[in-house]
Amino acid sequence: MTAGTAPSLTQSVTTIDAGAHVTALGWLKGTVALGLADGGVVLARDGETHRVEAHPDAGILVGASDGERFVTGGDDGRVAVTGSDGSTQTLAETKGAWIDSLALSPSGAFAYGAGKRVIARDDRGKEKTLEVPSTARGLAFAPKGYRLAISHYNGATLWFPNVEAKPEVLDWKGSHLDVTWSPDARFVVTSMQENALHGWRLIPDKGHMRMSGYPSKTRSFSWSHDGKWLATSGAEAAIVWPFESKEGPMGKQPRECGVRPAKVSRVAFHPNTYVLAVGYEDGCILLIRMADASELLVRPAVAGSGITAMAWDKAGKRLAFGCEDGKAGILTLPT
Amino acid sequence: MSDKIPVTVLTGYLGAGKTTLLNRILTEQHGKKYAVIVNEFGEIGIDNELVVGADEEVFEMNNGCICCTVRGDLIRILDGLMKRKGKFDAIIVETTGLADPAPVAQTFFMDQDVSDTARLDAVVTVADAKWLSDRLKDAPEAKNQIAFADVIILNKIDLVSEKELEEVEARIRAINPYAKVHRTQNCAIPISEVLDRKAFDLDRIIEIEPDFLEEGHHHHHDEDMQSVSVAIDGEVDPNKFMPWISNLTQVEGPNILRCKGIVAFPNEPKRFVFQGVHMILDGDVQGDWKPGEKRSSKVVFIGRDLNEKAIREGFLATAA
Repeated sequence: MTAGTAPSLTQSVTTIDAGAHVTALGWLKGTVALGLADGGVVLARDGETHRVEAHPDAGILVGASDGERFVTGGDDGRVAVTGSDGSTQTLAETKGAWIDSLALSPSGAFAYGAGKRVIARDDRGKEKTLEVPSTARGLAFAPKGYRLAISHYNGATLWFPNVEAKPEVLDWKGSHLDVTWSPDARFVVTSMQENALHGWRLIPDKGHMRMSGYPSKTRSFSWSHDGKWLATSGAEAAIVWPFESKEGPMGKQPRECGVRPAKVSRVAFHPNTYVLAVGYEDGCILLIRMADASELLVRPAVAGSGITAMAWDKAGKRLAFGCEDGKAGILTLPT
Repeated sequence: MSDKIPVTVLTGYLGAGKTTLLNRILTEQHGKKYAVIVNEFGEIGIDNELVVGADEEVFEMNNGCICCTVRGDLIRILDGLMKRKGKFDAIIVETTGLADPAPVAQTFFMDQDVSDTARLDAVVTVADAKWLSDRLKDAPEAKNQIAFADVIILNKIDLVSEKELEEVEARIRAINPYAKVHRTQNCAIPISEVLDRKAFDLDRIIEIEPDFLEEGHHHHHDEDMQSVSVAIDGEVDPNKFMPWISNLTQVEGPNILRCKGIVAFPNEPKRFVFQGVHMILDGDVQGDWKPGEKRSSKVVFIGRDLNEKAIREGFLATAA
């Protein structure tokens, strides 16, 4: 099946004109927060939009949301927090360094990278700094506990910011970009400069996992709600690796979902069913049901409007997306 | 292709005048906006440009090729900058005085995301007329920067005599006879000589060097860095030439800093043009041979400890 023939949900999409490249987005209950490359955050709710200058005269490089607040890192060296009420304030500031890695934990802690330094601030405001061997490219909190995975050149570092013990080093030669932690905390997976993923089995044996064959870099990961599947971007289909067994995906073939003649740029698993939202560089978005690989069209291809950000709301009723040309939208699933 | 953002790499040994040149480019009235990637803040006094600090993180690629290094920080910064397209027309990368230009240049060929959106325009090296000769003796970095350059700004000429100037220029020529050399004081030079050179564009290789195909026998000697050029008065056999050039750059890649060439294939109306950085080779048929033009073939290598005899014999053996 191709996007042209897929049954359509396009009537259920409301469009938003965000005005600049959408670099990140998050849900703040019923409000969508769109972080923009021109430094603004556009808040959209019930067809109304409101622009907040979160990073004046700068650009938002990264953003994350915990459902209450939208935290953004910018090329002004600031971490800002924006609420659904339109309030915005500086959360942290560095001198000069770009903030292009950021992570929030469900407990209220956050961490950001500024060059080689990683700064973690817990829910009580206690701040700790760790210097890694090269620029911290990706950050991810463990699903439980105050522990951070940091990806960098030649591996990843696992750090308990509030514990004096030496951080654990996961070695693998090469440049590691983004990092993600499986929902059951058994696996840490990074994307790499060499168009591959690398994973470490933390339990039981510290084994390595290599997942290769991508024609370009993976810059978007998404775990299924139960952690059994990891969907990834970087190929002309969403590549979905099986993580159900203890060994992870070793020796198994990944699923290829939504094969189209365009590269997948973003993936987002539905928060409680096996449905995957797949965004492409040509602007198309498909919803794919894992059980039977059936496809639903959310957005047809739009020239110059590649998908750059995508997220489901907590209940899984709405999917928000943003694009490189400043277009954005919200799909509301028909009930 | 044409909408790719041009990137100029500015190199030069410590104190040669890189920052002076950068400030000159940025303050000149040109109506263009630049994003500038620097290693040290504070020295450039420009408010309205996008200035980014870099860390010069040189990463080896995991492909078994020891000279395939890239600048990881540059990949990251360009990825961020490209989200702000429209805010700037071109990018200038200033390297530290001790930097090897190769990883910077290779980044534009090794990383797909970078090469999709940006193109390396030229490597511009600022050299100190008074001290360059000494640095070429004691600093391998300075030699690399000269060998790698497309444009060389021989600066501070007011501090040396004409005779000294000729000497230092001869030293430059011994390493790199193909770069365009400009003599300057305070880096005073029209910026059109520095920016938008298209030195890595295959279709400009002939344009930049109009005398390129004429036999001007460049053959100088530096202790360990030299250029080798070989010409064939006629065509080469692609079935011999392609394996030869590919094998040579693979085997000698670590020693070859730059290479370029224009060759004629039998029954091919266009020239085959190539250029390379270490092991990375970029080549294509470009531009017709003109009616009545002599179909000849020439290759040029700049590198360290090159085996001139082997290169010469190898190339001559590919003659059609």
